[in-house]
Amino acid sequence: MRRSNIVKENLTAWVFLLPSLIFLVMFTLYPILSTFISSFYKSDLSTIEPIFIGFDNYTIMMKDEVFRKAFINNVWFTIGTVPTSVCLGLLLAILVNRTFVGKALSRVFFFYPVVIPMVAVSFIWLFFYTPDYGMINSILKLIGFEELNLLGNSDTALLSIIMMVIWKEAGFFMIFYLAALQNIPKDLIEAARMDGASKWRQFRSVIFPLLMPTTLFSTIIATTNAFKTVDQLVVMTQGGPNNASNLLLYYIYENTFRFMDYGRAATVTVIVLMIMVSIAAIQFFTTDKKIHYS
Amino acid sequence: MKRISILLSVIVLMFGILAGCSSSASERSGDADSNSETIDLTWYYPVNVGGAITEVIDQYAKDFNHAGIKVNGKKVSVTPVYSGNYDETMTKVQTAIKNGKSPDLSVQLSVDLFQIKNSIIPLDDFIKNDSEAQEMVDDFFPGFMKNAQTDGKTWSIPFQRSTVILYYNKDMFKEAGLDPEAPPTTWEEVIEYGKKLTKKGQWGIELPATVSGYWIYQALYLQNSESNMMSDDGKEVYLNTDEAKEALQYWVDLNNKHKIMPEGVLDWSTVPTDFIEGKTAMMLSTTGNLTNVKNNANFDFGVAFLPGNKRVATPTGGGNFYIFKDTSEERQQAAFEFIKWITEPTRAAEWSMNTGYIATRQSSYETEALKEYVGAFPQAKVAMEQIEFANKEISVYEQGKIQKIIHDALQAAINGADVNETLDKAQAEAEATLKAYQ
Repeated sequence: MRRSNIVKENLTAWVFLLPSLIFLVMFTLYPILSTFISSFYKSDLSTIEPIFIGFDNYTIMMKDEVFRKAFINNVWFTIGTVPTSVCLGLLLAILVNRTFVGKALSRVFFFYPVVIPMVAVSFIWLFFYTPDYGMINSILKLIGFEELNLLGNSDTALLSIIMMVIWKEAGFFMIFYLAALQNIPKDLIEAARMDGASKWRQFRSVIFPLLMPTTLFSTIIATTNAFKTVDQLVVMTQGGPNNASNLLLYYIYENTFRFMDYGRAATVTVIVLMIMVSIAAIQFFTTDKKIHYS
Repeated sequence: MKRISILLSVIVLMFGILAGCSSSASERSGDADSNSETIDLTWYYPVNVGGAITEVIDQYAKDFNHAGIKVNGKKVSVTPVYSGNYDETMTKVQTAIKNGKSPDLSVQLSVDLFQIKNSIIPLDDFIKNDSEAQEMVDDFFPGFMKNAQTDGKTWSIPFQRSTVILYYNKDMFKEAGLDPEAPPTTWEEVIEYGKKLTKKGQWGIELPATVSGYWIYQALYLQNSESNMMSDDGKEVYLNTDEAKEALQYWVDLNNKHKIMPEGVLDWSTVPTDFIEGKTAMMLSTTGNLTNVKNNANFDFGVAFLPGNKRVATPTGGGNFYIFKDTSEERQQAAFEFIKWITEPTRAAEWSMNTGYIATRQSSYETEALKEYVGAFPQAKVAMEQIEFANKEISVYEQGKIQKIIHDALQAAINGADVNETLDKAQAEAEATLKAYQ
């Protein structure tokens, strides 16, 4: 009787898990596995049937200049967007967490870039960055700068895209920080104040530690975004000029849909996947200890 | 008991959904068995210009389905499937073929030929046995057939075609003391006029270097060289000849030396806007922008042949019809009948007026409707007349990679890299890429 009860319980659990399991296997595990397998094959326009070539795709990628460039760009892109947009999100959240006239309106203003699709944002910013009549250039000219073709220049293209992404993402993290800030018990802050802690000390020793789960969450989201959103490249630069703004995911897209080189696309995908998994693991295991879940 | 029955119904529902997915995917109109009385063709088409193009296409399909054209006694009908832009169409066609659900016909870039040659059929047999078809092929502007033919065979039929042309702002010409009816015809004149037209907040000329920038560069290449930048069999490219280097140097000098073009890489989609906004007096762009400029420019503008150097020349561009291999002979014949129907002179004329593409058939320009249109809008005629000087657009095996190599070189040079070294490197990369086909 007892045994059959356990079996029944297990069965019930499995049945409940089944729907998500099926989708997980179909849309996550199976594609990962088949990508992994494809990365060992030469599969492009010149090969009618894929040929097994072992690790050749990986050695080709190590020597591929565009891949290296996209990889380095992606590192800079991550460094450029993650800490900045998360910090800015926190700053904005603190700013709009107080009571002042126009509080709701400024929250809306900070949040609205999040609501607009990336493609639309990219089109708008494409024209912001246009030399001469673009908004950015008009401002630069007003304060006496030379006219700049920001997206058309190898030195500034990536930076310009980083700026846009920060603008787009900061509001997103603001919302999470805002929710977190409002969940901090008032008595903790009061106690700190009674102990004579300054505003800065209150923030450093009470508020910030309590925000750690949100910070972890935000950095993970921001980091994955740095690898997985490339809509802006399709619209704004196509990875150019001369790959100055190319990123790994866009390079995967180019390999798959422009070059139809499925083997190499799979190889870059596997590399990106490994990077993502290790970043997530590092973030999880190192910051987990410092987090106070209330 | 009740709980178990709920669980069971959840499971049943799950499988129901899954089964639903798979059955709807396999039910495809094109799979209708050949015994039935009708042949329903699936036609993938891209839209690459503005306007309500899908409605026009749907109307064509409706008209065709009412026309009652028959093959082997079976009525032919067509279902158009909008498939995004050219890139997305390529992706969809490739995916469909991989999954054994090839469409019957598609409109794709004329230069995609070598990329899909294994999946399509040559059309010579249809043309040879059909006097109407022969007439049709002879009536296309010969310039438009160049990209459709290789190995002595015809692989596609022109549908929506374009070339590069020069747009210029007549008001600015007048203001600068230039004759608004005499646009520049040589590279030297471009520089000379450009210098007169450049002033604060206004540039002489703009050449875009993204998206289809390689195409604009090919125009310069052709003007500076008697031969094209690739071999006819699509297996070789010639990117670092002296002529190629001069052409690239000319482009780079427009900014560096002559200061008549903005610095840096100019975006494909912002250049026409610059022109419409009056920020540049001239631009090189596709004829596909004609309708856009016409509707949005609030000044008098002209279009003209591209200024030549050693010769006057332009590459062609745009999309052709392809018929796929993995269907029955009967369906292929039906697809060909549809192509014949939709490229009839009056329809080609109508398509041109709706989209801004050049009408593909010479006799289209004899039709009343197009005559009237061209009479009221003479700019539309320039593109047609320039076809005489049109050459094959670059079309090679590994089209995507080679295009990227050219773009990277072009953009590197614009950003200050040495022209010689850049093109030598590009040629080496291109040769490595095409090695598999030698």
